[in-house]
Amino acid sequence: MTASLASPAVVGADARRPRRGGRNRTIVLAIVFLAPAIVLLGALVVYPILYTLWRSFYSASGGEFVGVDNYVTMFTDPDTFTAIRNNFIWVIVAPIACTALGLVFAVLLDRIRWATAFKLIIFMPMAISMLAAGVIFRTVFQENPQVGVANAIVVAVRDAFTDTAAFPGARERPDAGVVARDGALSGAEPVMAGGSQGFPLIGIRQSEIPETAKQAAEPPHARAGEITGTVWLDLVRGGGGTNGHIDPGKKGLPGLTVQAVDSSGAVVASATTADDGTYRLTGLDGGRYTVTMPASNFTQGASGIPWLGPSLINVVVISSYIWIWAGFAMIMIASGLSALDRSLQEAARVDGATEWQVFRRITAPLLMPVLVVVFVTLIINVLKIFDLVYVIPPGESKPAANVIAVEMWNVSFGGGNNQGLGSALAILLLVLVLPSMILNVRRFRRERER
Amino acid sequence: MSGLTIVRGRRTLGQRIVAALSTGVVNIVLAVVAVFWLVPTVGLFIASFRSSADNSQSGWWTVFLKPAQLTLENYEDLLANPTITGSFLNTVLIVVPTTILVIVIGALAAYAFSWMHFPGRDWMLIAVIVLLAVPLQVALIPIAKLFGAIGIFGSIVGVILFHVAFGLPFAIFLLRNFFSQLPAELLEAARIDGASEARIFARVVFPLGLPAIASLGIFQFLWTWNDLLVALIFSNSTSQPITVAIQSQLRQFGANIDVLSSGAFLSMVIPLVVFFGFQRYFVQALLAGSNR
Repeated sequence: MTASLASPAVVGADARRPRRGGRNRTIVLAIVFLAPAIVLLGALVVYPILYTLWRSFYSASGGEFVGVDNYVTMFTDPDTFTAIRNNFIWVIVAPIACTALGLVFAVLLDRIRWATAFKLIIFMPMAISMLAAGVIFRTVFQENPQVGVANAIVVAVRDAFTDTAAFPGARERPDAGVVARDGALSGAEPVMAGGSQGFPLIGIRQSEIPETAKQAAEPPHARAGEITGTVWLDLVRGGGGTNGHIDPGKKGLPGLTVQAVDSSGAVVASATTADDGTYRLTGLDGGRYTVTMPASNFTQGASGIPWLGPSLINVVVISSYIWIWAGFAMIMIASGLSALDRSLQEAARVDGATEWQVFRRITAPLLMPVLVVVFVTLIINVLKIFDLVYVIPPGESKPAANVIAVEMWNVSFGGGNNQGLGSALAILLLVLVLPSMILNVRRFRRERER
Repeated sequence: MSGLTIVRGRRTLGQRIVAALSTGVVNIVLAVVAVFWLVPTVGLFIASFRSSADNSQSGWWTVFLKPAQLTLENYEDLLANPTITGSFLNTVLIVVPTTILVIVIGALAAYAFSWMHFPGRDWMLIAVIVLLAVPLQVALIPIAKLFGAIGIFGSIVGVILFHVAFGLPFAIFLLRNFFSQLPAELLEAARIDGASEARIFARVVFPLGLPAIASLGIFQFLWTWNDLLVALIFSNSTSQPITVAIQSQLRQFGANIDVLSSGAFLSMVIPLVVFFGFQRYFVQALLAGSNR
C-alpha cells in the first residue's frame, strides 16, 4: 500500500535531476544510509545463522563432522525430547488461551464504565520483565499455605468442606532432643551438615495415621551437604519399646515438612517425609542448622498442592505466560473492534438478532484478520519462550518444565558444553518459525500489490 | 445512532431488566478477573516490605491484621548492596545506547527504503521482513565466539551490539511503514529547494516521523530493559544488568525472598513509569505488527 505511493515520487525526483551521475549518486547515498544496518545485520544476524547451521553438523567440541547425529540425538535423548514435547504443549495451549481471553475481555469491555482501568490492569504485566513475573508467580504458588496465596485459598476452601487434619495435637516426646517453639518442633541442638535429627512424636491417634505409613526406618546415611532423619510415632501399639528409639512396631509419619534453618533464621532447605518417616535435606553448605518441623504440619488441613512440583509446573508456567500476554491480545483485538463499522451490528440488532448471533455471525468474521495476526505473533513468541521457564521452576522441577530455548541454553552455555547439539536446537527453532516468516512475506507482498 | 435509540425505546421493561442484570454480571466477572490479575503483583509488592523472617512464616496478607510488620529494611539493604546498584546502573548503560542506536540506524535505513531508489531495494526489504521472526537463539553460539575473538565478550558493548542487531529488523519495518506514508510533495519541495538527502532526512522526515520513532523507542526500551537471556550470556559479573543480578539469587528462593521481592520491584519501577507515561506509543508499536 505504501510503496506504490513511494516509488513514483522517487522516480519523479530523479527525472527532475538532469545532472549526469545523479542515479549513481543516489545509489551511493543509499549505501551510506543503509551501511550501518547492513553491517550489523550481516555480521550479527545473517552470518550467525549460517554458522549455526554449519556448526550443527559438527561434534560437541566442533572438531569432528558428525552429519545429522545432533538432530538424531535431539529427538532420541529424553531431556531434549521432553523439551520438544513441552514446546508443543506450549504452542497448542498458550496462544489459544491468550487469544480467547483477549477476545472475551475486548468484547466485554464495551459494557463497563471502568474500561480504561480494566485495560491498564490486564495490560500492565506486558511492561515488566518475565524475570519479575517469574518471581511474582513463584511467590504466589509456594507450597506452604502459610506463605503462598494460591495454596492459602485452596486450603481455606478445602477446610470449609472437609476435615483433613495433618496431625493436630502432635507433640514431641519429652527429653528426646526435640523442643516445641511457637507451634513448631525443632531439634534441641543445631546439627552439622552430614548429621541427622530424629523426631519422636506422641499425641497422635492411630486413626490419624495414613494407611500408607510404614514401619519407621533408621535415618538414611547423610552425605556431605545433607541432613537426614526420621519422623515417627514413638509408641508401639499394645505397649513396649524404648522411648525415643525406633523400635519394631513404631510407624513412620509420611507427608510432613521438615526444614533446615540457618543461624540467621532463614529456611535454606526443605524436605517431605517418606512413607517410612525418613527425610533427606540436601544442598546445604557446611555449617550448623536447626532442623525444624514448621507449625503448618500440626494445624488443620495444612498441606497445600505442590504447584511447583514436577507434575504441575507446566500449568503454573503457562498460566504466568497467559497472565502476561492476554493483555496484548486484548489490546490488539479491542483496537480491531473499535475500527469496525458498527452499522452492520446495529442493523442486525434492529432485525432482532440476539447478542450472541451478532457476535457469531458479524463481529467474529470481521475480526478474523486481527485474530490471525495476534495468534501468529503469539505462536512465534511462545516457540522462543525462555525466561519464564528458566526462572519459575525450582531445581527439582526444571527437567519436567524444560523447553527448547532453555535446553539450548543448558547444553551450550549452562554446563552441557555441547555446542553441536545447541546449534541443532537453535536451527530447530528457526525451522519452527519458518512458516510464520513465509506468512509475513506473503502478507507484505499482498499489501504492496493493493 | 438513531437506530440504537429506536431499539431502546421499543424495549419492554422485562428486556431492560435483563440488560441491566447482564451488565451487572459483566461488571462482577470483570472485577473478579481484575482482582486475579492484580493480586500476584500486589502480593509481591507487600512482601517486599516485610522482613524475610516474616515472609518465611506467614503470608503477605497478614499485614492487614498486623500492619506493624511493614518495614523499609529490604529496600535499605538493597540500595546498600553494591552488586544491585551497580547492575541497575548497567541496565541504564545498556538500555539507553541500545535504544538510541536502534532508532538512528533503523531510521537511516528506513529512509533509504522508503524514499531512495536503488537496485535490489524490494529484495532487501523482503530480507528485512524475513529477519523479523528470526529467533535470537540461532545467533548465540557464533556471536559468543565472535565477541570472544574480538575481546568484547562479557562487556556492556557486546550486549548493546547484540540488542541493536536484533532490534533493527523491527525498527526498519516499523519506520519504513510510517516514513513511506509521509506526503511526497513535502520531500519533493525540499529537493527542489536543493536540500541534500541528509538534510531532508534530518529536517523533514525525522521530525515528521517522531510519533513512529517514539513508538519504536518505547518498545525497544522496554524490550532491552526486560531482557534476561542476552545479558545472561554476554555480560559478566561487572557488566550484568539488574535482571541477571536478581536471577542469580533465585537458587535459594525462600531464603532470598527479601532481595528477590524488593529487587524485582526496583527493576520494575522504570518500565512501569515509561509504560504508564507513554502507553499510547507502546500500543502503536504493538499494533504495527510485532512479530518477533
